[in-house]
Amino acid sequence: MRLSEHIYKTVSSIRGPLLFAQRVFAARIGEVVQISYPGGDTAEGEILKIDGESVLIQVFGETRGLNLDAKLTFTDAVKKAPLAPDVVGRIFNGSFLPIDGAPMFVPEQWAPLTGVPINPTSRARPEEFIETGLTSIDLLNTLVKGQKLPIFSSAGLPAKEMTAAILRNARLSGGGEFVVVFAALGLPHHEFAFYMDVLSGMQGEFAAFINRAGEPVMERLLAPRFALAVAEYLAFTQGMDVLVVITDMTNYCDALREVSTAREELPGRRGYPGYMYSDLASLYERAGRIRGMAGSVTMLPVVTMPEDDITHPIPDLTGYITEGQIVLSRELHQKGIFPPVDALPCLSRLMQHGIGKGRTREDHRSVADSLYKQYAKGRDLRRLEAIVGREGMVESDRDVLDFADAMERELVHQGEERRDINASLDAGIALLQRFKPPAQ
Amino acid sequence: MRGRILGIAGPTVSVDIPGLKLYDMVEVGEARLTGEVVRLERGRAVVQVYQDTRGLGANEPALGMNEPLTVQLGPGLLAAMFDGLQRPLERLAQMTGPFISSGEAIFPLDRERTWLFAPARRPGDQVEAGDHLGDVHEGTCRHPVIAPCAGTIARLADGEFTLGKGVGEMADGSEIPSVVPWPVRKPRPYRKKLSPTLPLVTGQRSIDFLFPLARGGTAIFPGGFGTGKTILEQSIAKFAAVDVVVYVGCGERGNEMAELLEEFVTLSDPWSEHPLMQRTIVVVNTSNMPVAAREASIYTAVTMAEYYRDLGYHVLLLADSISRWAEALREISASLEEMPGEESYPTYLSSRLSAFFERAGVVETLDGKTGSLSMILSVSPPGGDFTEPVTQACLRTAGAFFMLDTSLAHRRHFPAINWFQSYSLYQSGMVAHFNSEVSPRWGELQRRSQELLQREDTLREVAEIVGVEGLQDGDRLVMRVAERIRQEFLCQNAFTEDAFSAPEKTLARIEELVAFYDSAVARLKQGIFPDEILKTP
Repeated sequence: MRLSEHIYKTVSSIRGPLLFAQRVFAARIGEVVQISYPGGDTAEGEILKIDGESVLIQVFGETRGLNLDAKLTFTDAVKKAPLAPDVVGRIFNGSFLPIDGAPMFVPEQWAPLTGVPINPTSRARPEEFIETGLTSIDLLNTLVKGQKLPIFSSAGLPAKEMTAAILRNARLSGGGEFVVVFAALGLPHHEFAFYMDVLSGMQGEFAAFINRAGEPVMERLLAPRFALAVAEYLAFTQGMDVLVVITDMTNYCDALREVSTAREELPGRRGYPGYMYSDLASLYERAGRIRGMAGSVTMLPVVTMPEDDITHPIPDLTGYITEGQIVLSRELHQKGIFPPVDALPCLSRLMQHGIGKGRTREDHRSVADSLYKQYAKGRDLRRLEAIVGREGMVESDRDVLDFADAMERELVHQGEERRDINASLDAGIALLQRFKPPAQ
Repeated sequence: MRGRILGIAGPTVSVDIPGLKLYDMVEVGEARLTGEVVRLERGRAVVQVYQDTRGLGANEPALGMNEPLTVQLGPGLLAAMFDGLQRPLERLAQMTGPFISSGEAIFPLDRERTWLFAPARRPGDQVEAGDHLGDVHEGTCRHPVIAPCAGTIARLADGEFTLGKGVGEMADGSEIPSVVPWPVRKPRPYRKKLSPTLPLVTGQRSIDFLFPLARGGTAIFPGGFGTGKTILEQSIAKFAAVDVVVYVGCGERGNEMAELLEEFVTLSDPWSEHPLMQRTIVVVNTSNMPVAAREASIYTAVTMAEYYRDLGYHVLLLADSISRWAEALREISASLEEMPGEESYPTYLSSRLSAFFERAGVVETLDGKTGSLSMILSVSPPGGDFTEPVTQACLRTAGAFFMLDTSLAHRRHFPAINWFQSYSLYQSGMVAHFNSEVSPRWGELQRRSQELLQREDTLREVAEIVGVEGLQDGDRLVMRVAERIRQEFLCQNAFTEDAFSAPEKTLARIEELVAFYDSAVARLKQGIFPDEILKTP
């Protein structure tokens, strides 16, 4: 603890969101610095680097209007998130200031923004089924409590409608509901309005952190961390089951790249910083359950794949960290199928333990496997069909083609309807029966 | 050796402690974070810190420890779970709760636990330095206790003892050590290296049969996400025919480790019937734990593996994934502002990797036993592109390459090992062994099944144009048999009984499939229609 406030007016240069100060004594890494602009405005910054008595400060928020006469107050504290049960039901901006018109709640405790890693031996294996109401997830790529399962979308695909459907319909296996923590990063107005509509129409409770497209880029890096600090608090201190929805991670990564470039760091693939994997992991890995504790954090990030390319660094690194992925397809969307989930590249790594007797239904694994196998075969045959034409194919192959079409139209497609897991399984079985090959 | 913090940038901290050596451990700040010296200049040393540096301040004190990063080797490593710095995670959780805060230092081995010691000498005996005084029993493992110096034994346990109390003392007051400290970056010595001649049975048909591994050999399997790297790695950890498995979760998922633990406590080793965990050491540094400790984790793990090798055991080191280690190296290199190489990895990436691979092998130990250390490492190439630097650097040294194929994974063909691109440099030697130990037909069947798969590949291109119906009858048989080889032999469901396949079972299966093909060809020659033949299973 410092006995007196440390105030400096020693800014030597400003470069984008970065500020260099000289002759600073006893600064700390990550320490929050209050910056007073000459006009009277204030902003916050964080110490990134210390070299002897010169420090590098990253400014959160707008640097326009800043000059070398700015006054710096070193607070001796790292960035923390204020927490209290009253956070539920509120809407904040990317700096954790309320934007719903009500005054800020009174914090009961403060948690470091970056979180603290869960000891791997303390983790409980995620195995409790979450019913999203969507057959393409529940039946084929089951989501479980404590999992992080991203939605890989592309520009123009209805990722937000799908996320909304999940927000409206998701139920815990016991029938309970989630508390939703929603982080919107760089959201354009029409999406913002859409999500606000969905959130206010939900039965369960939520807390939201909104960074709109025109707001500072630094806040895009802060908002998900605030959201996760809140989620961890609600889960592991208050014992709630929390569903964290972050949209859009592509905006987050672009913000990360922008800030990294300003810091003159070495760029990696496509200009994204080399530490992007670790940085993304510091968000995604905060999902989970802890042995001996109620509560859980389940994460559903939305990633827009630039150029529809799943090997782009953003979806690629995300896929390496998350426990599977739900991939949306332009082709299915054009066929009018909603949600346009392409079953083949989808995966839920934690499905194995979340399904079967006592969780969903005993026949879940076999139904899912049969559907998948038959559908994969059908998709393979579509390429053949394109060459030889339907007439050139044997009847059994034509059946498989019809199966693939029917599966997309009847099982994957469900519009606004909510299907519980029994309905999904029964629909799957019915479909398999209909196309059952005659006994050999 | 005391000094102060001069500067901080990410995981690297510069200090002004005089008299430091390269790779010495240093404690920095009031939080006493540990790190090691990675660069020395006059009046300034750069320390790579293993924990989160957030909150660390300039001018805080720093302390040189005068020794490099060291692990403690002794009874109690098996069945334990450590982080990249050998902190015991289970006891850490008991001490500090479910979240890991930085700066907690605890002795890696349990000092309170009682071990059985079978003495070979008695108190009062005159011994020379290096004499064998007895063995500590850790399950089926025997840890020899060695006289630290010449003299008389004053006290020596007989039966139970704890590491806290020590196994005994010499008359001059020096302790008889039952734990050996060893610096992780220095390979442990051996008498000589032998060439690998025995196979390492993994229980995975596609590996044992098509691309066999050798004890003391090295293998990598690169694959994009969702190609089943972790499942394959864990299956091998469960079923491989070795005495000790060291599993490194290097920068991977925390939930996966929870899954692994849950399974390993309940399952038993198919070879010895003992609980699986009793032969396993887990080192885990998940992706959100500090990168510098991730970089150190594979060295911590390999040193423990070498220790069991030196006791005369067959040890297998599995790392998932080496790409995350390389990325940690890149992150640290960037914070040191080093000149970057390809894809901004440091240019010493491939020499570090090959030096690491060199720690594998079959050795004659210093006391004349034979032990082996094999390595199987997964690689996570960005975008599934194998031309990237880490895969390429691994390929130059690894003895076997199992290519995990995204298109196979999409078809749910697991393990998704591509049978055309993968290879094993140990193949010829191992086939000779299987020929003499399992069946003289091993080599022949292997050749024939590979041939069938190859022909299927050629035929498939034709079939895509003319349709399967348009193929000649003989070729249709090949297609059908190859399909069965793929589905019934190469595919292996990791969640069923079939997850483990002993060499005898592997052989029986392929024998049956090749016999089916031979009889089908014979029946075709008799003039039976292919449709008729293909109907019968």
